Amino acid sequence: MASGEAMAQQQQFNTPGTNGVSPSPEPRRSEKAITVPDPLVEVEGVSLFYGAKQALRDVCMNIPKKKVTAFIGPSGCGKSTLLRCFNRLNDLVDGCRVEGNIFINGKSIFDPDVDITDLRKRVGMVFQKSNPFPKSIYENVAYGARIAGVNKKLVLDELVEKNLKRAALWDEVSDRLNDSAMGLSGGQQQRLCIARAVAVEPDVLLMDEPCSALDPIATAKIEDLITELKQKFTIVIVTHNMQQASRVSDYTAFMYIGDIVEFDTTEKIFLNPGKKHTEDYVSGKFG
Amino acid sequence: MPRLWKPGDAYIWISGLALMATLVMIGGLLFLIATKGLGAMWPDDIGHYTLKDGSVYLGQLRGRELVRGTSGVKSNSDFRVKLKIGNRDLYGLDFKWIDESEIVSIDFPLDAVILERREWGNYHGYLKEIRKNGQIILGSSPDAFAMLKDLIRDANKTYEKILKIEKGEIGDINYGIEKQRLKLRGLSIRGEADPEKESKYRLKIEQYEASYKVSEANLQRLYTELNRNKVVMVSTDGREKVLPLGKIVLAFRPNDMGVAEKVGFYVKRFWGFISDEPREANTEGGIFPAIFGTVLMVLIMSIVVMPFGVIAALYLREYAKQGLMVRIVRICVNNLAGVPSIVFGVFGVGFFLYGIGGIIDSVFFKEALPNPTFGTGGILWASLTLALLTVPVVIVATEEGLASVPRNIREGSLALGATKFETTWKVVIPSALPAILTGLILAIARATGEVAPLMITGVVKLAPDLPIDGHFPFLHLERKFMHLGFHIYDLGFQSPNSEAAKPMVFMTAFLLILIVVILNITAIVIRNRLRKKYATSAV
Ligand SMILES: Nc1ncnc2c1ncn2[C@@H]1O[C@H](COP(=O)(O)OP(=O)(O)OP(=O)(O)O)[C@@H](O)[C@H]1O
Ligand SMILES: [Mg+2]
Repeated sequence: MASGEAMAQQQQFNTPGTNGVSPSPEPRRSEKAITVPDPLVEVEGVSLFYGAKQALRDVCMNIPKKKVTAFIGPSGCGKSTLLRCFNRLNDLVDGCRVEGNIFINGKSIFDPDVDITDLRKRVGMVFQKSNPFPKSIYENVAYGARIAGVNKKLVLDELVEKNLKRAALWDEVSDRLNDSAMGLSGGQQQRLCIARAVAVEPDVLLMDEPCSALDPIATAKIEDLITELKQKFTIVIVTHNMQQASRVSDYTAFMYIGDIVEFDTTEKIFLNPGKKHTEDYVSGKFG
Repeated sequence: MPRLWKPGDAYIWISGLALMATLVMIGGLLFLIATKGLGAMWPDDIGHYTLKDGSVYLGQLRGRELVRGTSGVKSNSDFRVKLKIGNRDLYGLDFKWIDESEIVSIDFPLDAVILERREWGNYHGYLKEIRKNGQIILGSSPDAFAMLKDLIRDANKTYEKILKIEKGEIGDINYGIEKQRLKLRGLSIRGEADPEKESKYRLKIEQYEASYKVSEANLQRLYTELNRNKVVMVSTDGREKVLPLGKIVLAFRPNDMGVAEKVGFYVKRFWGFISDEPREANTEGGIFPAIFGTVLMVLIMSIVVMPFGVIAALYLREYAKQGLMVRIVRICVNNLAGVPSIVFGVFGVGFFLYGIGGIIDSVFFKEALPNPTFGTGGILWASLTLALLTVPVVIVATEEGLASVPRNIREGSLALGATKFETTWKVVIPSALPAILTGLILAIARATGEVAPLMITGVVKLAPDLPIDGHFPFLHLERKFMHLGFHIYDLGFQSPNSEAAKPMVFMTAFLLILIVVILNITAIVIRNRLRKKYATSAV
């Protein structure tokens, strides 16, 4: 019944024209996308198909620079999928097709002249499941720099220390940097992945449920970290934890079955949502 | 009602029994080989057997078996014993079967001597006299045997000097002459008339020949020295034998040795077996060249098979478009692992020896033709043939390893801006390394035990030189080599004196297994190190 309601709302807010899935040559601003100050990422009418299955439906939104934007929504609604569009990681999935356009810094990431490795250096990602490389802690953090061709020991030492400190991991691992990263605890591994991602100094940092496997203390550490990183990076975070979303984010998007139901400032979404569906979800009445 | 058998129990018991049977079989095999092989070097006591017909033999007990009366009470008359009586030059055979009923008495005289000779196998007898610098020392004098041992030691030193000159100096000279000769020949083949070069080469050959004269004179002197002192032995039938000391490797009196002494003797002999060259159509002496050849061949094979197997697997798993074609290739690779090894050998002969080897010869070694250099069997071709034989194993293991590298680790690398190649090289391969090494371990195990393809691609009964020596370029991949597996076959089935060779067969088999185990353990240790380093996450 809730979903029926949602569908009804969706219908109501989708003008007939925007349901078309062909990419329009003109940049198209959706009515759903509220205007945010200084947008860095502009998502325009993105639809995504895994084979025949549609995972995103004509998503439009703008992600503001140097702010934290949270994606919330029930499991399977396409949050990870949308996130993975930003660094084109979905390119790797067989049979995956994207329509619409995404602009970062005003430039389309689907342009043929875009260097995909360069894009991914600018759009870092922390995965839902921590995925340290089977290498030493040091080498994990230095990975991005080594790929970029940095091999000077001094530079790398400094970089590793700086980023492990950023990820609030330095104190725990400074005496065993050359041990395997696989020997760390789950929370430490996740922070290591964050250190690894921020070490590349991306413009945008995508975080897919970074705290899903962590205890409250580690979660608090990472939330502090996000607030800290906000000074430098634009952050997009997926979370199932409403409190977390309300604590760390400036903007929140509520997604449902491949579509953005509502996107606004976090304050508004949580205190005064524009839609009943959103209100039900954030207050825990459904989902 | 309580049930005696839970539903799965039968399967557990059957698999347990199967495992037990396998272990017992493996253990039994190892035990048999180890006891038969390792026991053969032990200096058994030597018995003085007097028989009813008055003949006397000096021999070591090597076996006992039932001949008659398979049922009922068994008495001495039903058994016969096998003695190693040595003295092949006198009796014609080293071994003799004697009915126990024939034996009148056995005793173990302390002064019975065994001489290990360079020719004709062992000599069993008693010391009569030593002829040292024309002076005669009687065998009955108390320190005669100690003196004999000292003299033999000196003679062995001289013998080593001789070997050094023959293999070293004269080997170098022959090598040099051959090289100059080939250069001369090269000149005439290319039709270059270059009298200056020609005379240079000829001059060098003359120099070599001059130094050969010197070496030869040295040799002559050493040989006289070697054979100047003699020992006179007497066998149990009263025949005397005069032996120059240069013909004797070592002398010992097993009945006069304590256990500690025997152990020391055993260790020394075992070491000799591992580190010496073979003698007497391989039935005596050591098997060092065979060990060396086997290990070197496996190493070359590993060096070749690793990159090929890994690259092929990488392509199949990571880069090729998964589809019918790749499936067919995969099936072919799997089937290749089941092709009889001799087929690979034949392919190796046709493709490597005659094909590639022939081309190499006609391009780089024209001077030596019609004598083939690479166009004949050699350690390189044998290794490559084995690499071909084992590459499917490496491919299959590597593919499995690659498939088990989690997707999110690859994505993690790509998300940091790494290219696919960087991801493969820096993340995927290190993660798959333990599996790759497992493939190598299997490949080594298979290659070390393989004989058939080697017999036609470069293994010989007796190789004059090791594939590695002091002559530039030090590693001579075109040379023929010896191999433990072939050595076993040769000793056991091609030897004129198979009874004498039997312990050698077991010893060689034991060493071959030992080498397989050592190579495998090395690889396993490396793999476990890597596993620990890249230990899979606890979460
Ligand atoms: N590789 C894939 N192939 C096919 N379908 C996929 C693939 N990945 C995701 N999907 C489908 O796309 C939809 C959205 O998945 P997505 O992973 O984006 O959900 P999510 O919002 O991140 O969920 P969660 O909160 O559980 O992580 C789901 O219905 C899922 O089944
Ligand atoms: Mg997800």
